[in-house]
Amino acid sequence: MDAASEALAAQSYLADRALALAVHLAVVLEQPLLLEGEAGVGKTEVARALAAATEARLIRLQCHEGIDLHHAVYDWDYARQLLALRAAEAGVEKDVEAELFSRRFLLRRPLLEALECQDPVVLLIDEIDRADDEFEAFLLEFLSDFAVTIPELGTVTARHRPVVILTSNRTRELHDALKRRCLYHWIDYPTPERERAIVHARIPGVPEEIAGRVVAAVGRLREHGDLYKLPGVGETLVWAQALLALGEEGDLDQTLGAALKVHEDVLRVRERKVLEGV
Amino acid sequence: MSDADAVISRLGSLAALLRAQGSRVGVGELLDAHRALDAIDCASREDSRLALRTVLCSGRVDLQRFDAAFLAVFGDGTVGADDRADPLQELGAVTRAALPRAAIPGSATQPRAANELTAIPAAWSDVELLRHKDFAQYSEAEMALARELIARLARRGPTRVSRRTRPVRRRRGHTPDLRRVLRASLRTGGEPFHRHWRAPTRRQRPVVLVCDVSGSMTPYARMLLQYLHASVAARRRVEAFAFGTRLTRITNELGGRDHDRALERAAEAVADFSGGTRIGAALAELNRMHGRRVGRGAVVVVLSDGWDRGDPELLETEMARLRRSAHRLVWLNPLAAHPDFEPLTRGMRAAVPHTDELLAGNSLASLEELACILEEI
Repeated sequence: MDAASEALAAQSYLADRALALAVHLAVVLEQPLLLEGEAGVGKTEVARALAAATEARLIRLQCHEGIDLHHAVYDWDYARQLLALRAAEAGVEKDVEAELFSRRFLLRRPLLEALECQDPVVLLIDEIDRADDEFEAFLLEFLSDFAVTIPELGTVTARHRPVVILTSNRTRELHDALKRRCLYHWIDYPTPERERAIVHARIPGVPEEIAGRVVAAVGRLREHGDLYKLPGVGETLVWAQALLALGEEGDLDQTLGAALKVHEDVLRVRERKVLEGV
Repeated sequence: MSDADAVISRLGSLAALLRAQGSRVGVGELLDAHRALDAIDCASREDSRLALRTVLCSGRVDLQRFDAAFLAVFGDGTVGADDRADPLQELGAVTRAALPRAAIPGSATQPRAANELTAIPAAWSDVELLRHKDFAQYSEAEMALARELIARLARRGPTRVSRRTRPVRRRRGHTPDLRRVLRASLRTGGEPFHRHWRAPTRRQRPVVLVCDVSGSMTPYARMLLQYLHASVAARRRVEAFAFGTRLTRITNELGGRDHDRALERAAEAVADFSGGTRIGAALAELNRMHGRRVGRGAVVVVLSDGWDRGDPELLETEMARLRRSAHRLVWLNPLAAHPDFEPLTRGMRAAVPHTDELLAGNSLASLEELACILEEI
C-alpha cells in the first residue's frame, strides 16, 4: 500500500492515504474504481499517474452526451467498405464479400482497444455522469465480463483484465448497480501542507514564498463558503504558475481570474477583502 | 333469490372494497371469481370464502384485506346477507367516485324497471369539480382522489433534442445512416442506391423542483409535495428540494412507489417544516451546493408564495444567478390565483423580474397549466 503511494508520488501525484489505499485495492482486487469529487481535485490525473507508475498504457474514454456503442466499442468503416465494394465491382479487388465485415474494416474504439491490447492497460472512463442511462447499463455489463460481442466477428474477451478508473462529476446520481460493482472513493480538497507539496511537485522550481501564498489564498477562498465555484487543485497550480510568470510584479488580486471563474465571485472576494493579508 | 344469486350479486361490492384498500382486483379476477363460484357449492359459506380468497388475493397483504372485506360484504354468517345495506354506501361519495369501476354486465344485478332509472353523475364530474378547487380547501378524500390526476400530470415534462440518433423513414436531410446504406447496397451490387437516414431522438430534460414548506405555505405544501413525489417517480432526472429557512434535498426520500411512506420520509428529512422562510438563503444554497444539478439545461420550478423574511437583495442576486444557469425558471405562487394578485410582497418583487413564467399552482388546473408549459419548453 505504501508502495502504491510512493509509485504515485514518483509520478508527481501526491495521494493521501485513503486514495492510495483505494488505488491499491483496485489493482489487487481487479475491481473498477469510481472516483468522485469537486472539479479540479485531480480525479483524471489519478489514472494518468497510475498508468505511468505501472508502465501500463492509458486508454481514455471521454464520455459525452449521446455516447453509444459505436463511439465507445467499435464501428465499421463504412466509407472504405463502400469503396472496396466499388473496387470489387470494377474487378480491382477479389473476394470482398468475405472480408467486408472483417478486421480490415473494423474501427476500434477505446473499450475494444483496451480489451485487445497486449500490454497492461489502465482504462480511464472519464465523466461517466455525462453519458446516459442506456450507456451506463452497457458499461455495467462490460465491467463484469470484460468481453464484448461483435455480431459479425464474435466475442472479444480481455487478455488481461484492465485496471479501470471511472470518474464522475456528480451532475447526476449514477445507477446503484454500477456503483455496487465499483470501489468508491471521494477525493477531497488536500490539506494545505499536501497542497503546498503538490505545487512543488508539479511546478519544479517554484519558490516556497509563492507556493505558500497561493495555497493560503486558495484556502481562504474555499473557507469563505459564499462562492459559486470553489477553486480546485488545478486552479492552485495555474495561479502559482501565473505568479511565477509575472515574477516581481505578481499580485494575487490581479491574477484572481486564475482561480475564480464567476464574475460575482471575483466581485465578492474583492468587496469583502477576503484575500487581505495573504 | 337463491343463495348463489345472493353471493354473486355482492361480488361487485367485494371487489370494490378490496380495490379501495389497494388490492389489484380487475375484471379478470372478477370473472375468475364467478367461475370459481360456479365450480364449487357456493351455498357453503366457508367454501365460497376460501374459493374467493384464492382467486382475489395475490399476496400476503391481500389476505387481511380480503377477510375484512368479506366480513363487511357477506356479514359474519349470523344475519341474512340480503338484509345488510350495501357497504359501499358507507365509503363516502368522493372515495366512491375515485374507485375504478368493474362489473360483469348482466350477470349480477337485477334488471331495473324502466321507471327506476335515475341520472347518476359519472365519476369524472367529481374530478371536474376538483380541478378548480383550491388545494387549501381539500378534504382528505379529495386529496386521495386528486392523487391519480397529479400522477398523470407529473408524467408530462420538458424534453430536448438528444445527441443520440435513430433510423428514420423517408425523412431526408438528417445524418446519412451509412450502416444501412452499406447493407442496402449489397442488394444492388455495391451501388449505394437506396439511401437511409438517421434523425436525433428526444430526451427528457432535467427538472429541478424547489418547494416552499414554510408556515405560510402549509395549506398547499402537502399537495405540492405530492406533485414532487409523483414527478420523482414518473420521470428520470428530477431533483426535488424543500426549503423553509434552509434547503433540504429530498429526491431520495421521495423515491419509491409507496406514496405515504415517501411523504413521511420527506417530512422527517425537512427539519424546518412549517417554520419561517428565507428564500434567498435557500436559493443561495441551491446555487452553490447543487449548481451542477441545476446547470446543464435543467428547468427549475420554484413553488412558493414569496413571503420572505430574509434579505430581498440576496434573493434578487440568487434568482438572477439561478436564471442564468437554468434553462428556464418557472415560479408557482398559490396566491397568484387570486384575480387581484400583484407581486407586491418583498420576496415576489425581487423574484418576478427573473422568472420566465409566473403561474398559480393552487389547484389541479394550474398544475395542468404547468404541465403544458413544461411540455412546450
